[in-house]
This record gives sequence, C-alpha cells and structure tokens, in this order.
Amino acid sequence: MSVPAELHYTEEHEWVAIEGDTASVGITDYAAQSLGDVVYVSLPAAGAAVTAGEPCGEVESTKSVSDLYSPVDGEVVEVNEELDDDPGLVNAEPYGAGWMFRVRIPAGPGGETALPAGLLTAAEYEELTKSAG
Amino acid sequence: MTEFAGWSMPLRYGSETAEHNAVRSAAALFDLSHMGEIAVTGPAAGEALDYAVCGWPSALAPGRARYTMLCAPDGGVLDDLVIYRQEADRFLVVANAANTDVVLGELRRRCAGAVVHDETEATGLVSIQGPDAAGILARVTDLPLAEMRYYAGAYGTAGGGLAWVARTGYTGEDGFEIFCAAGDAERVWARLEEAARHAGTSLPAAGLAARDTLRLEAGMPLYGNELGPDVTPYEAGLGRVVRLDKPGDFVGRAALARRAAEGPRRTLIGLVAKSRRVPRHGYAVLSGSAEVGVVTSGAPSPTLGAPIAMAYVRAGTTGPFGIDVRGKAEPAEPAELPFYDRRKQR
Repeated sequence: MSVPAELHYTEEHEWVAIEGDTASVGITDYAAQSLGDVVYVSLPAAGAAVTAGEPCGEVESTKSVSDLYSPVDGEVVEVNEELDDDPGLVNAEPYGAGWMFRVRIPAGPGGETALPAGLLTAAEYEELTKSAG
Repeated sequence: MTEFAGWSMPLRYGSETAEHNAVRSAAALFDLSHMGEIAVTGPAAGEALDYAVCGWPSALAPGRARYTMLCAPDGGVLDDLVIYRQEADRFLVVANAANTDVVLGELRRRCAGAVVHDETEATGLVSIQGPDAAGILARVTDLPLAEMRYYAGAYGTAGGGLAWVARTGYTGEDGFEIFCAAGDAERVWARLEEAARHAGTSLPAAGLAARDTLRLEAGMPLYGNELGPDVTPYEAGLGRVVRLDKPGDFVGRAALARRAAEGPRRTLIGLVAKSRRVPRHGYAVLSGSAEVGVVTSGAPSPTLGAPIAMAYVRAGTTGPFGIDVRGKAEPAEPAELPFYDRRKQR
C-alpha cells in the first residue's frame, strides 16, 4: 500500500496534490483497496463550488458506496472524464490516472494559496490507516 | 478478510470482478468449509426428513441432490438447504453457516427415528465453478464426471483422498463441490491448482464478494436477504420446492397450503438499473412516488454491465419502477429472473 510523501491527505481517505493555486484530488490506495473494484464514480460538475469536508460525489464499488468529500474550498475546474469509461483506474492508479477532480483554491488575504487546516501529512495518514487496521 | 457467521473469510483475493469473470469464462476455486454439513442416517432417515423439510427427500434416488427449505410451523423459512442422498440410508444436509445451529437443533427435534450428526467441523468443502471445472477436476479424480448429471453426486477419490463430489454450486455455472475430510481440504485445493496449471488454465481463488454477484446474476436467493423467517417460499418464487403432494404431514404444511391457496402478497422481482448508481439491500422500490417494495440484494453485474437487484414488491405492481438511491429516484426496469442463464448464453 503506497502513501506518496509529497501529497496531503484527509481522514476521509482523499489525497490532495497542490500545484500553484490548483488542488488535484483523488482517493488513496488504502481507500481503493478497502472498497474493492470501483464500478462508478460520481463527480461534481466543472464550475461547481465545493467546500472542504462536504460531500461532493460518490464512489460505488461492488460491495458498497462511499461519499466523496472535497478536501478544499474552491471551484471545480476539471474532472477526470476517463473514469466514466474506466472507473477501474481508481484501483489501478489511485494517485495517477485515477485522479478525480481539480479545484482552484481562492487566494488568501496575503495572496498565498490557503490550504484548509486539518490536512494530514503522509506520515500522519499512514499512522491513521495503521490504527484503523 | 471479513467476519462471516463466526468464520474469518476473504471477501476477495484480488479483484472480485476478475474472480467473477473467471467463473463465467473459465473456472475459479472457492473455500466453502464454513458451510454446515449435517448427516441424517438410518433406515428411517428419508421419512424423517420428509417431515422435517418442505421437500421430498425420500423420493430422491441415491446419488441425487435437491434444493429445499426448512420451514417454521407458520411457513416462514428457517434456512434453505441442499440435501444429497449419498446412500439409501444416508442424507447429507448442507446448511448456511449462520443457520447451522438452528438447522441442527430443528433436525434433532424433527427427525425422530433417525440419527442426526453435525459433521461441519470434520468436513472441508472446496468448490470449483465454471465451464472449465469438469476438465480440471477430471485430472485429479477417478470419477467419470461426464456421466455425472447436474444435482448429482458420488463418492470417489479427489485430490488424493476420498471425497463426496457433487455437481452443484451457487454460481449459475457448471461446477463441482468436493466434500472431503477437513484435513484434506488444503491438498484438494493444491491439487486442483496444479491440475489447472498442467491444463494451461488459470484457476484463481474467489471470495465472498464474487460468490454474491454470481448467485445474484443467477437469480438465486440468499438467506438473510431474499429469505428469512418472515418470508414464505411462495413469496420468494420458490413454491415449487414445497411438496404439498407428498404423503404425510410436515412442519409448516397447514400454513403453506393456506399460503399456496391465497397467492403471495408480495413477489420477488428482478430489476436492472437504468443509471449507474447501484441499488443496495434495504433501498425502497418506488412506483411513481409511492413506495411499493424494498431491494433485498443489489450489485453491479459484471456480466450485464449494469447494476442489478432483486426486490420484494407488492403483488400486482407492474411499474414503471424506480429505486430510491439515497434520496434520488433512479429508474429501473423489471427483468425476468435469472438475469444470467448459462444455457441461453452458449
């Protein structure tokens, strides 16, 4: 199970990659393995506003359905349309081709990109998955 | 791994979709050692079982098997069973793991004059399912499998030891179940894997998740979902298993005869979702805005490529149906059960 060091994580098992003012979001390898084969991903529409900690989509697998939470506030600028035809990418490459959506994060008062408090580092996330068994 | 009726069992070994597809296209192995095996023996065993279950076990020829049910006096289903007549005076009753204690208790109470013995712990059960199953198993058994009919079984060697080999399963595919000594199960498993390698066939292990989607496609009920003490066999569309034509009384006869005459108040139907959101156990079935039933099992079907479900709806409801998927009505079309019938595919 991989937890890339350069990414941020949430307690709901999403990962976040920050590039400039854009956050790319997906679910972790741990989440994908726990869910089993992903058969459908419902994503927010491009242009939609998302709020950190709020559900913005669904991930359906053989045995269960899970809410997808946005880890950040902002506007959805792109969604991974490949997942519509091949949701299995989430299992195969959760941190790569299985990415889900990108959000433009509004600049903070000083012009810097404002990340919400509470995102986990790779080490913290790894600890979380270990304590969850 | 998951907790299942007191056993720790794999939900999947790798990809459950790949495991499912292996059974449909080639073959896969299941470890079903959790299932309950109860032997009912003695010269009066057949008549005793005729009283205990709603089927007609004494009419089975030795070497044949039948799907049947253990019902309560009110006609509710306590478990669904496969009964094998292994010899004239010996029947093997296979029960769901979660219900083995109930079945054992009821058989002990109901089977006066016969010996009821729990063989669950002593028995290993390895199942090989799929169109290639016969070809692989033939390499490790002395039994002439080509002569074995569906729902038949025989004693023979399998994987180097004595076993009861039966052409049964819970997948809607051709396949065999190998009942062996618990201590032989690993060797049987390994010999089958080896035989598959020699045959140049892949034979992955399959877990509970694939088992569930396979049986759902095959329209087979699962106890706790489609069947339970509040359900009669008629509602489940399985009235044919109730043998009101057999002689003598049996537990539930009066209540079942009444239910048969009345007609069911609800019926089990198949639904194919028109959206990609998956109907799950417990979701409401809608006709217009009215709630007319409930989903008992639902899953994405690898074979159909769409979500499928079984549901109980009020008798006479014809749709168009919707399913309340977490607050949004998603359209679904009624489908004849089973969703998948191998005889129509090949």
